[in-house]
Amino acid sequence: MRDVAVISFVQSAVARDAVHNEVEMLVPTLHAAMAESGIPKNEIGFVCSGSLDYLQGGPFAFVSGLDAVGAWPPMRESHVEMDAAWALYEAWVAIQTGEVDSALVYGFGKSSTGDLHEIMTLQYDPYYVAPLWPSMVDVSAMQARAYLDASGRHEDELAEVAARAQRNGRSNPYAVRAGDVNANDVLAQPVTHDPLRDADIAPITDGTAAVVLAAGELARSRCERPAWIRGLDHRIEAHSLGVRDLTTSESTRAAAAAAGVAAGEIDIAELHAQFSHEELMLAEAIGLTANTVINPSGGPLASNPVMSAGLIRIGEVARRIWSGEAGRGVAHATSGPCLQQNLVCVLESDH
Amino acid sequence: MAEPLVEPHVLEYPGGYTRSVGPVIGRFLTGLRDGRIEAVRLADGRVLVPPTEYDPSTSAPVDADGPQWIDVGPRGTVQTFTWVATPRPGKHPLTKPFAFALIRPDGADTALLHVVDCGGPDAIRIGSRVAPRWRAERTGHMTDIEAWVPLGDGEEPEPAALHVPAEDEQPVTGITSTTRLEYNLTAGAATARYLEGLGEGKIIGARAPSSSDVYAASRGTDPITGEATSIEVEVKASGVITTYCVVNIPGLSELAPEIPYVSAQILLDGANNTFFGLIRGLDVDDVHMGMRVKAKWADELKPDHTSILWWEPTGEPDEAYDRYKDYL
Repeated sequence: MRDVAVISFVQSAVARDAVHNEVEMLVPTLHAAMAESGIPKNEIGFVCSGSLDYLQGGPFAFVSGLDAVGAWPPMRESHVEMDAAWALYEAWVAIQTGEVDSALVYGFGKSSTGDLHEIMTLQYDPYYVAPLWPSMVDVSAMQARAYLDASGRHEDELAEVAARAQRNGRSNPYAVRAGDVNANDVLAQPVTHDPLRDADIAPITDGTAAVVLAAGELARSRCERPAWIRGLDHRIEAHSLGVRDLTTSESTRAAAAAAGVAAGEIDIAELHAQFSHEELMLAEAIGLTANTVINPSGGPLASNPVMSAGLIRIGEVARRIWSGEAGRGVAHATSGPCLQQNLVCVLESDH
Repeated sequence: MAEPLVEPHVLEYPGGYTRSVGPVIGRFLTGLRDGRIEAVRLADGRVLVPPTEYDPSTSAPVDADGPQWIDVGPRGTVQTFTWVATPRPGKHPLTKPFAFALIRPDGADTALLHVVDCGGPDAIRIGSRVAPRWRAERTGHMTDIEAWVPLGDGEEPEPAALHVPAEDEQPVTGITSTTRLEYNLTAGAATARYLEGLGEGKIIGARAPSSSDVYAASRGTDPITGEATSIEVEVKASGVITTYCVVNIPGLSELAPEIPYVSAQILLDGANNTFFGLIRGLDVDDVHMGMRVKAKWADELKPDHTSILWWEPTGEPDEAYDRYKDYL
């Protein structure tokens, strides 16, 4: 395996950007990430992005994202119709092949343009499930109930998660929902998607993120304290919700084991939990203990730019390793309904 | 800078998307039409409903025929649920508040997702016993079960009304998926300014910051460098045809003229990219590369593409190939 590090990370997020289209939102993020990496654009070996055409409602909408990169002279490029954390996975594999030594990874999306929770219905089985139009929140609320019932946990524990996300969000300039909130404040809110409240559901967010990866000596020459990717794995479960055990995240457990999470202490974890119960389920599946600080950024419950939010988890861990705040951390990303597919990334500083 | 431009947009496939369901899902949907819930016993003994073409654990194929097909239900047990207080008209199967639930039919080891019509959120819990309320007229679709309803102790499920097949009735082979999504699209700053310009009878482009290239219409970036374009430039509503095609297919859009007509790429005077337009005002056989054309503006200008009706010859001499060879 080649040593590969995150050497640059830039994000943007607002609740709703009514002025700029997706490409215009992306331009400053990409150019800042490239500048921060110190690698000129024409020396970056590979470009890979993650986005979702249905967010704009136009076919091949992702192609226009390249206008923000400037694809001339022709470059090695790829795209995933998934969160950009999976674009990072593809870029990491490309670097492992030895063909390239660096990669630019980016994600972008405006969830305010349409009805995000309804758009996500289109990811379900089109014969048995989508014709009934359960929303993304409806199926997650069903998972929350199944999990609470099976684990013996209670709604006040969901409220603790939701409140901490908002408190941590106060120190995150990209948080769109933050405040001095405690669990009782959350519990005082009405239940909107039984057993979930608004605070348990990630807020609608428009935003972008970009990361630059570099291998070995290139990373060391461009970054004082590179955040090395020491483990990276992703696993998927069955598509049909009625086939899966919704009370646990087996795919996260498998990805965490394969990524080598248990090989050392975990200082921080950034989890792509779009619902309060998901954070509890993910922490259990990864095997986190009270020694790990979970979602110091506030996580997706504070800021959830769809298609970037998973990549942002990796960036949030990486920047805490650069700063020395953490020595070893775990980032997690998810895709599909009810935590169907999960990616786990272990990041470390030099010892 | 133009005012932010946000316009409604609807993503819809008129008449719906026709999906072939294949023999396994087709058999399940045919069963619903008959008023039965069919399931498949997998190699490990588990009973899968709704059935898929593959074993979800091993991905081994599932046959559409054979003794492994069994009827399950109609009674079932709620595995989990959530309450929908505000149904979405035209999408949700019920117009009054209902529960979405995962329901495990008796005899099955997996659950199917459906709706429960139980009156209120307090009338359903994990473990609730339910049974289907069948539609009288069934077509081979998930909504052949209108909803599941609570079933009291010792209560018998309401049987499905007998399905009387038409003489030429065939097994279900497809469904029509209707999808309608509504958006409020943001044009973006550069496109908004360009469209505003059309309403003023101007073509507004943008100059790339680190070169002298001008893009009309700009999407907000220099596509070569990826840099934001912020310097506004008006380009001329005239230029040279770089390449074109003669369209002989009628009715491509409401705005399309009678066939045959010509669609062309036009290198505008003062721009470094080509611009799409229709060519009129001459016989289609006389259109050629290098021809000089100018915009025919509509009498009523609006901030959209209807402001330029078409492009027509200026009568000037043709441009030399060198003028446009880099834009082909």
